[in-house]
Amino acid sequence: MFAAIRRWLDERFDWDDLIAPLRHKTVPTHRLSYWYFLGGITLFLFVIQVLTGILLLLYYRPGANEAFESVQYIMTRVRFGWLIRSIHSWSANLMIFTAFAHMFSVLFLKAYRKPRELTWISGVLLLFLVMGFGFSGYLLPWNTLAYFATTVGTAITGQVPIVGRPMMIFLRGGPEVTGATLTRFFGFHVAVLPGIATVLLLLHLLLVQRLGMSIPPKLEVQWTANPSARREMKFFPNFLLRELMAWYVALGALGALAAVFPWDLGVKADPFGSAPAGIKPEWYFLFMFQTLKLIPSKVWFVDGEVLGVLGFGLVGLLWLLLPFFESDQPSHMKRWITGLAVFALAYVAGMTAYGYLAK
Amino acid sequence: MAILRNKLRPFSAAYVGLAGIVVLAACLGCGQSYGQSHGQTTNSCLDCHSALPDPLGVTQEKFSQDIHAQQGLTCASCHGGDPTSDDPDKAMSRKAGWKGKIDRKQVTELCGSCHSDPAYIRQFNPSLRTDQLSQYRTSVHGKRFAAGDTKVAVCTDCHSVHDIRPPSDPRSTVYPVNVAKTCSRCHADADYMKGYSIPTDQFAKYSTSVHHQALAVRGDLSAPTCSTCHGNHGAVPPGVDKVQNVCSNCHAFQAQMYEKSTHKKAFEAASLPGCVVCHSNHGIRHPTDAYLGTGPDAVCMQCHSPGDACDQARAGLLSGLTQLDEANKTADQVLRVAEASGMEVSEARLGQDQARDSLTKARVAIHSFQKNLVDEYIQAGLKIAAKNLQAGKQAMVERNYRRVGLGISLLAIGIVLAGLRLYIKKIES
Repeated sequence: MFAAIRRWLDERFDWDDLIAPLRHKTVPTHRLSYWYFLGGITLFLFVIQVLTGILLLLYYRPGANEAFESVQYIMTRVRFGWLIRSIHSWSANLMIFTAFAHMFSVLFLKAYRKPRELTWISGVLLLFLVMGFGFSGYLLPWNTLAYFATTVGTAITGQVPIVGRPMMIFLRGGPEVTGATLTRFFGFHVAVLPGIATVLLLLHLLLVQRLGMSIPPKLEVQWTANPSARREMKFFPNFLLRELMAWYVALGALGALAAVFPWDLGVKADPFGSAPAGIKPEWYFLFMFQTLKLIPSKVWFVDGEVLGVLGFGLVGLLWLLLPFFESDQPSHMKRWITGLAVFALAYVAGMTAYGYLAK
Repeated sequence: MAILRNKLRPFSAAYVGLAGIVVLAACLGCGQSYGQSHGQTTNSCLDCHSALPDPLGVTQEKFSQDIHAQQGLTCASCHGGDPTSDDPDKAMSRKAGWKGKIDRKQVTELCGSCHSDPAYIRQFNPSLRTDQLSQYRTSVHGKRFAAGDTKVAVCTDCHSVHDIRPPSDPRSTVYPVNVAKTCSRCHADADYMKGYSIPTDQFAKYSTSVHHQALAVRGDLSAPTCSTCHGNHGAVPPGVDKVQNVCSNCHAFQAQMYEKSTHKKAFEAASLPGCVVCHSNHGIRHPTDAYLGTGPDAVCMQCHSPGDACDQARAGLLSGLTQLDEANKTADQVLRVAEASGMEVSEARLGQDQARDSLTKARVAIHSFQKNLVDEYIQAGLKIAAKNLQAGKQAMVERNYRRVGLGISLLAIGIVLAGLRLYIKKIES
């Protein structure tokens, strides 16, 4: 039957020719090959996000008077609603984690250098988008923590000189976080961001497909000198089957987290209430939040928070353009970029831990 | 200034003997002298008195804290004289109306000369009452004072002098949190109170009470202090038959229930002071269900005998309360575990507030000592607690169901992983 379907497709679309690149695609095999799975796992979690997100849309109602109740309804009344929402939330967090891990693996394996500059840029933009998904999605249950985290988060946006306040008003749909912010964030979360992410994701995958897997510089030198030492496996089915195993492991982890630690609903937001003591953003924003807290209120004559926001903006831009500072020759790799990567990883991890432990 | 001080020196020794400065900023200047004193800001008195030792010393800093000074009154408003003159002879001349130290016997009348004048007081604070002096005259303090007992409190004993602050100022001696301490300055002093046939342990007892806890520790300014039950200017002990009226100002529902009880008539007949019989007065503790028991905290058994009809009724009431309390605790415990397991039980947790409310209402209804009234709340509470307990149990069943489902899913995933591994091995061999 499968053969008949295949023949049917082949007659009309030249199917065999269409999937030929997949057949010929190979993946380098070496002791660091496991890092190649991270991109696939992130993609898998993204697909989970899309599927569970669509299911949540069946019951979720955006609006200050309905959002919390609809999520509560999903968690308590809808059959397996708790599972879908918990998987959606856990998967979001795991996806951001694997996206970060994927980025750092690319950085340490020097996979961003020529000719993969655009792959890096599209990947970093996808990471920013994923964080945007996290920020916009966090408000949707309309609980106390989400409300005040969004108030603080959007207020930080307002610190950007000149465009900051208009941006904040645009994000909030007014000067304060209200029901208008909720519907706006809902729109970003389910329409704007997915649209942009899909285009960027397709571009990213296309570039990966077109340019193939990067080989670490040292290995590239060895394999160029000694071609017989080169080890590869077929992408289809060998690598894909291994990737499938990784996806199953991720699925098992998601299921376990959702069943044992269902995502908390919290208490409905009260815009007139006071912010909970020691409120913190989600863990993936914690390193930035903690940095802003540590910057003095005035640095020379510049407002500390403004300086911090501008600093992060500049670092983000330079991070995006990182491949253009790197040599494409394995023998001329820039050591300082590796040093920077180590520092960035230590800084993000350290500040996140500090922010988590700080009162 | 130096000339002034030199001029003052020969006078000061004599005036020290005359004594304390006293007062009475509280007693703002009298109505007739208002035209001269109100708005008077030149105050040469402090030029000298700020440099004098106690009891004649009054610093500018101290006097500036006084509400009367803040309203523009000066020393002359109470003490008379001419504060505009730099010459002590003129400033403290009898011709200028200088009174010197205000005699203790004159204090209440002097204060009252302004504070009993609504027209005068209205200019400063239209909502300030002007019946303090008339109330004082009805108080134990006032009556004794009129009879010639000068040891009893007059205005300045409670309100202080020269730095009188409004009662809303936390530094005021009559700020709610400070009232008990102010009263205790006399009433807890056994030597001072010698000769009066009242105890001196009120403050010690009050300091252990639930009311003190609420007022001084929790900062609940609506909690009672001495003046809440005894009155302030018209302070008298509430009569035995009026205790219930005093307590019911706050504990209205308990009072309504008590009205229905057989105890009311019985206590009245026996001249027992209502609420105080079971709850005591100054040292009121937080009541517990053990009051209805037979243990060391039992209050019923102080009057009733074991086995009598009332004892049986008591046991019935206690049983109902205990049953609801236990039901609430069990439901809370199950819901807590369910919540800690990540189950969504917020509705049931919220519902438990109603069950606890029922218990509170039942405890209030105890004051009626009518089992049917108490049972009404007990049964309502038990029904709610049972429903919430059921919700908690269902959540736990659901939790276990999820975990079993997880186990099966993980097993299935494990089998698929093993199959994939074998298949990869096969195609690569």
